[in-house]
Amino acid sequence: MDRAATAARIAEVITPFNKNAIGISEATSFSGDLEWDSLTVMDFVAAIEDEFDIIISMNQQAEIETYGQLIDAVTTLQG
Amino acid sequence: MNDMTPTDMPAETKTDLFSRFDPLIKQRQDLLDTGVTDPFSLVMEKVLSPTTAICSGRETILLGTYNYMGMTFDPDVIAAGKQALDDFGAGTTGSRVLNGTYAGHRAVEDALKEFYGMDHAMVFSTGYQANLGIISTIAGKGDYIVLDIDSHASIWDGCKMGDAEVVPFKHNDIEAMEKRLKRIPEGAGKLVILEGVYSMLGDIAPLKEMIRVAKENGAMVLVDEAHSMGFIGPNGRGVAEDQGVLDQVDFVIGTFSKSVGTVGGFCVSNHPKFEIMRLVCRPYVFTASLPPSVVATAATSIRKLMHAGNKRAHLWENSRTLHKALTGLGFKLGTAEPQSAIIAVIMPDLERGAMMWEALLREGLYVNLARPPATPAGMTLLRCSLCAEHTAEQVEIITGMFERAGKAIGII
Ligand SMILES: Cc1ncc(COP(=O)(O)O)c(C=O)c1O
Repeated sequence: MDRAATAARIAEVITPFNKNAIGISEATSFSGDLEWDSLTVMDFVAAIEDEFDIIISMNQQAEIETYGQLIDAVTTLQG
Repeated sequence: MNDMTPTDMPAETKTDLFSRFDPLIKQRQDLLDTGVTDPFSLVMEKVLSPTTAICSGRETILLGTYNYMGMTFDPDVIAAGKQALDDFGAGTTGSRVLNGTYAGHRAVEDALKEFYGMDHAMVFSTGYQANLGIISTIAGKGDYIVLDIDSHASIWDGCKMGDAEVVPFKHNDIEAMEKRLKRIPEGAGKLVILEGVYSMLGDIAPLKEMIRVAKENGAMVLVDEAHSMGFIGPNGRGVAEDQGVLDQVDFVIGTFSKSVGTVGGFCVSNHPKFEIMRLVCRPYVFTASLPPSVVATAATSIRKLMHAGNKRAHLWENSRTLHKALTGLGFKLGTAEPQSAIIAVIMPDLERGAMMWEALLREGLYVNLARPPATPAGMTLLRCSLCAEHTAEQVEIITGMFERAGKAIGII
């Protein structure tokens, strides 16, 4: 799947998690802008993993700070 | 740069590394400003027995220790410790692999091998170090660790110290674990880490199914049985034994700081190459071994735990009685049925949790106040852990204390 298609699917997955309907761009920071607690982060990661049938290890998660970086990572992880 | 003293430096480069703790310092101060006693600085002035101590000048029933089997004051255990102090001195002043292995260290490892019916036992200075050491050493670069999200801090720290990829799954969720195992790249080493009893809510893991799935997917399995030793399973070997799957577990991690009643940690295993751990496991090598008195008390205690059927039965009775009574009073508990010797009473928030904790202390009862990040889902808990030495009468007194305090604080 190319980056654009991946981005579109991630946008769908993230909607129910974005409870405060914050406008999301590639630069949106998970810790800074979305302010999710650790449980939400875990559930969101699990949802992304299930959607794309991939693993995003904690080590990889630590490198993902922004929404754009998530799209990049998921695009790469699909191989 | 060399001769620049801090005072010569421009103001903006002088960052106080402690500023990252400011939110916590404020939260703590806000709590203390409400007038409650600091729940995290209690001092036991005198310990009278496994179940009673003097706190702030008053006799207090202890319901927040991990002294499940009440071994801390066992006369044989104490005698063994005193004898070892006399015969071997106060400490070893050395690593297990140099001058720190005394006869007592071998003896306690022999007791563990017998207790678990396993070929190898390795004793660490704490259970924390046992997890830190084993996990960080066996799972290396390119390997995957799949673990329950509610794992103990020592497990997480072991993961962090090593070089493996770390993949958590939702608490006790077999399907979530299986999905992750199946997605691991072909050929990578896999380690699944589970606990028998999860100490925050006192719930147990469905080890039978989880271990089956782990094995089907080619993973090695490590189970931390810190909170089950001595009273869960036909021989007190823990939840894996209770569910009939201990022979499938590659590594059992345990501690002397709970049922055994002293301090220390261990790993037991049937892995044929296990002994190499003694040379490569840094938290084993680069620290001093346990004092002779500690290993002597541990060995005596472990051997007594092999034949503690009556105590075990009484501990379970205590757990069931208190669980039923607190449920009856209207408290919200961590598990619908008593699954271990831990009963977690769920508090509405930290503030009322601290008030309830203090009200109980005034009544003469000590429980554990647990709060995030130690607890799952941001919960504040009053964690009660029963002891085989609590009398039926004490359990009744404890129930009355909970009732009065709960009504006074408005929780029930
Ligand atoms: C599940 C678990 N593992 C390991 C430990 C660490 O044990 P120790 O007190 O021996 O360091 C604990 C104790 O807090 C625990 O609850």
